[in-house]
Amino acid sequence: MQTMEAASSTATARPAIHTTMRERQSADAALLSELRPKLRIKRLNFYYGGFHALKNVTMDIPERKVTAFIGPSGCGKSTLLRTFNRMYSLYPDQRAEGEILMDGENLVTTRQDVSLIRAKIGMVFQKPTPFPMSIYENIAFGVRLFESLSKREMDDRVEWALGRAAIWNEVKGKLSQSGQSLSGGQQQRLCIARCIAIKPEVLLLDEPCSALDPISTAKVEELIHELRTDYTVVIVTHNMQQAARVSDYTAYMYLGEMIEYDVTDTIFIKPKKTATEDYITGRFG
Amino acid sequence: MSTATLNPSDAAGAAARRDSPPPRRLRSAPWADAAFEWLTRIFAVLVFSLLLAILASLFVGSQLSIEKFGLSFLWTADWDPVKDNFGALVPIYGTLVTSAIAMLIGVPVSFGIAIFLTELSPAWLKRPLGTAIELLAAIPSIIYGMWGLFVFAPLFQSHLQPAMINSLGTVPFFGALFAGPPIGIGMLAAGLILSIMVIPFITAVMRDVFEIVPPMLKESAYGLGATTWEVVWRVVLPYTKVGVIGGIMLGLGRALGETMAVTFVIGNAHRLAVSLNAPGNSIASALANEFTEAVGDLYFSALIELGLILFLITTVVLALSKLLLMRLARAEGTRT
Amino acid sequence: MSAVLKTQSAIHPGNRLYRSRKQVNFFLLAVSSLALAFGLFWLVWILGTLLYEGGSALARATLYYQMTPPPGADGGLANAIVGSLLMVTAGTLLGTPIGILAGTYLAEYGRRGWLAGATRFLNDVLLSAPSIVMGLFVYSVYVAKVGHFSAWAGAIALALLVIPVVVRTTDDMLKLVPNTLREATMALGCPAWKMILSVTYRAARTGILTGILLAVARISGETAPLLFTALNNQFWSTNLNAPMANLPVVIFQFAMSPYEDWHRLAWGGAALITLAVLVLNIIARALFRKSD
Repeated sequence: MQTMEAASSTATARPAIHTTMRERQSADAALLSELRPKLRIKRLNFYYGGFHALKNVTMDIPERKVTAFIGPSGCGKSTLLRTFNRMYSLYPDQRAEGEILMDGENLVTTRQDVSLIRAKIGMVFQKPTPFPMSIYENIAFGVRLFESLSKREMDDRVEWALGRAAIWNEVKGKLSQSGQSLSGGQQQRLCIARCIAIKPEVLLLDEPCSALDPISTAKVEELIHELRTDYTVVIVTHNMQQAARVSDYTAYMYLGEMIEYDVTDTIFIKPKKTATEDYITGRFG
Repeated sequence: MSTATLNPSDAAGAAARRDSPPPRRLRSAPWADAAFEWLTRIFAVLVFSLLLAILASLFVGSQLSIEKFGLSFLWTADWDPVKDNFGALVPIYGTLVTSAIAMLIGVPVSFGIAIFLTELSPAWLKRPLGTAIELLAAIPSIIYGMWGLFVFAPLFQSHLQPAMINSLGTVPFFGALFAGPPIGIGMLAAGLILSIMVIPFITAVMRDVFEIVPPMLKESAYGLGATTWEVVWRVVLPYTKVGVIGGIMLGLGRALGETMAVTFVIGNAHRLAVSLNAPGNSIASALANEFTEAVGDLYFSALIELGLILFLITTVVLALSKLLLMRLARAEGTRT
Repeated sequence: MSAVLKTQSAIHPGNRLYRSRKQVNFFLLAVSSLALAFGLFWLVWILGTLLYEGGSALARATLYYQMTPPPGADGGLANAIVGSLLMVTAGTLLGTPIGILAGTYLAEYGRRGWLAGATRFLNDVLLSAPSIVMGLFVYSVYVAKVGHFSAWAGAIALALLVIPVVVRTTDDMLKLVPNTLREATMALGCPAWKMILSVTYRAARTGILTGILLAVARISGETAPLLFTALNNQFWSTNLNAPMANLPVVIFQFAMSPYEDWHRLAWGGAALITLAVLVLNIIARALFRKSD
């Protein structure tokens, strides 16, 4: 029964996205430059020790849209995503060169404290990572880093975040239970709620559905579709159909280079480069 | 396996391979497998029964003392070889106090070192530091004892103790713990030296469990804008808490049973004193000092009973530690 | 919506909460570095003292060929050195086969039944048990029965300390040998016992050897188990059935005495033991690392 409901809800969601896509299908890449870019990446190079993982990547991530990175394993899509919130700074042998401009500030070379950057850019990982705390505390943890809220305000914030992540009704009766007691799909939505709670400007999703079952995947994809009204979303996925369903813009990457970046429908229906077409049609990878 | 069937160029061999049944496996001796398994099993049983054998033998040896003194042995402070009147209170007290001091100092320091090793240390420093900590663990305890007696105690007596007595010793109630003439040796000195001894063990376990924490979990916390300390205190530590407690109990188990580091500096006095600066005795040091001099069956039996008490305490602590560490290992298995 | 604006102004460098969190972080991480310095400080001081006090004694050749002297006379530690060597060797020879065979049972045959799990558990408890209790045990079951102290008793007590270490490392190392190797060997028709002896042991031999070296390093410095088993001997003796001099007990006796020259010899002996233990540890670790 639940399966039918979920399937039908996804089925109704899918046509809606494609209708919006098709409305804009007539516009070409010029549309990209009309939108305000939230992140401007210019000639970004990234190294794991001596290995040159990202080569001169240049692109703009438009504000309040969903951008997908696709490509075969090892192409650098996760690496690129992780440069946006300076996660690589945790590891001494990883370094980046080039520009990632957000609000005029180059995130690669900024003197600003990295934890401030990370608070503005949320990240969700491949596997759900609930903290070893209660569901309530999972959400409150991030909020408490920057705001001192009263108990009432915090309760409201927690409820708001969990509601926005479409999981409030499922957990409202058990906020004091451990975050690890939830199912996989619920845990992932908890992680998304955790990110949303601190009101970031950008949301980075690194293959968020790869550890989830199809029903949870559908729920998370629905969520992503809604979240774009308030947040700039960048999603890495190895599932092309997911990219087609969920994103407005898609970047195809291969061996550390960005091969093609365009409106999603263009990439999937009439890509400009043969390499992209080969990947999309499954000729390799 | 006859070579005729194995030689491929031999036509006869080829024919033989085609037609003959597969070569029978030549068993060197059919009972060899079972014999070997039984051999190893016997020794495993031997190891298994070792702990129980030790317990039993200590129990038998303390019979005389148990019959004479009963349970009051545990809280009597007398220790009179002449009148054959013995009580374990002073050694038990000394053992517990020195171990407590060792834990109070050792646990936070180990925690600090483990954090440094896992979160702060640059990559090139990790291996040498880890080795240095392991070397500290390898130094025989008699060295700690000698160093404690000849180097640490005199300095303690001339500088640290007077300072302590004059400052902490003046605090009402609590100050009584630090009162008394500065003689350098005593329970406090023994506790301090013991703390240095247990640090490497606790640090090693803490570092090992901290490294099991999945990077994704830590990155999730960093991704929200948390500082290193917050990630350690609110994510790493709760995640590993079972293992951390297991490691602490391991350190405690070692501290309780340590002999030489304590014997040199504890003062070997069978007096119960309030001040930590006073000389005292631990079970291990009492045994080390008196066992070979003991005369009389009851004296012997009382000493063996002391050994039994120590063995029971450490076995319980170490068993608990092992159970906790096993639980962490199992949880890790199910998590991944 | 006001909530949105509230946060967006909260994430900035001037945020007071953020500033105090950064200060706490800095402070506590500085404390952690201090903890490391604290630990290293003692290591350096202890080793330094050892070198300083014992170095001069080590350099004098008399240490190595003269016997332990009565107070006031000249002497060395020859009998103690030899005694320690004999007992450590005997203890290792006694304990290692038992440890390896028991460890083999745990790793190779221990999959079914309760014996393996229980033995592993008790073995780990024994690993950290007070060594003085081992001495007490050997005294009760052996020394008291035969009526005299002896080097054999000391060796047995040391063997009891070797066994848990060797069991543990053998178990761990054998478990590391990949099952595919075992299956490939068995598929050739090799019987289990031969596989273990020729293939599995060989695959794990570096690890097992490391375990033995670590066990030797551990017992070289142990004093407590020898106190009531081997006792001590002022004279030269290689009679394993009688009390025998050994470095740890000699050090104990000499250090606790009031005699200056005995103290010097004690430092020399301490430096000697520490040197041996550290060298064994370093060799064991280097060996293990090389095999990776």
